[in-house]
Amino acid sequence: MRVTVRLFARLRDIAGTSELAADVAPGATIADVWAGLVARHPDLAPYERSLSAARNLEYSRFSAAVADADEIAFMPPVSGG
Amino acid sequence: MSAALFAVTGAVLDAPALERAVVRAHGEDSARTGDPGAGAVTTFLGLVRDQNLGRRVLHLDYEAYEPLAVRSFERIAEEAAVHWPSIRLGIHHRTGPVAIGEASIVIVAASAHRAEAFAASRYAIERVKQIAPIWKREYFEGGDVWIEGAVAAPDDLEARDKARRLSCA
Repeated sequence: MRVTVRLFARLRDIAGTSELAADVAPGATIADVWAGLVARHPDLAPYERSLSAARNLEYSRFSAAVADADEIAFMPPVSGG
Repeated sequence: MSAALFAVTGAVLDAPALERAVVRAHGEDSARTGDPGAGAVTTFLGLVRDQNLGRRVLHLDYEAYEPLAVRSFERIAEEAAVHWPSIRLGIHHRTGPVAIGEASIVIVAASAHRAEAFAASRYAIERVKQIAPIWKREYFEGGDVWIEGAVAAPDDLEARDKARRLSCA
């Protein structure tokens, strides 16, 4: 199955793109999506400890399962206001 | 047409338009519940400051995950309503380049009495900084850098309690 990955701020800069498609195995979690992303962009690895994720516009844990056509976002620490 | 209560926009923020929208929403609540109408409205503006960490700032550039940011604002208003049931909040945040002295955020709170409006406004800005998926890139004399603050974790009760304590200081 295939999900859309959204990246923001520094993560977007590192990956060089704000959006990409990722193929994942059935039963995959957000953590698996992240692992696949790091495999393509190893420079993202240090961010794992300070990351938030969202699935279909809801903040989500990394252990959450993903489904085909999901939008999965990875976000560095926020600085709005 | 009334302004949306929660928005992320590339346009210059219009605080009076948000004030009107929030007061109108509060009035609709009061008409429905019979509670007192608005007697206090606070407007908080966050401006782009000319200095940060000893650096001379030239401008900021804001990026947002827009639909999740709007949902975060709605969530913050729902949280605030738990603590201050009779308040109404509106939150608008700007994206893109913002010049020194311009507003990056406007938060309007309306309530029957001032204490709740001030408290809810402070709570809202603390929570925006904790959980809204928005990032600022600072352009300063000599370079530019992403500013990174809190790891957004909306269910982190400790962070929520901290915002609550600050709002009641």
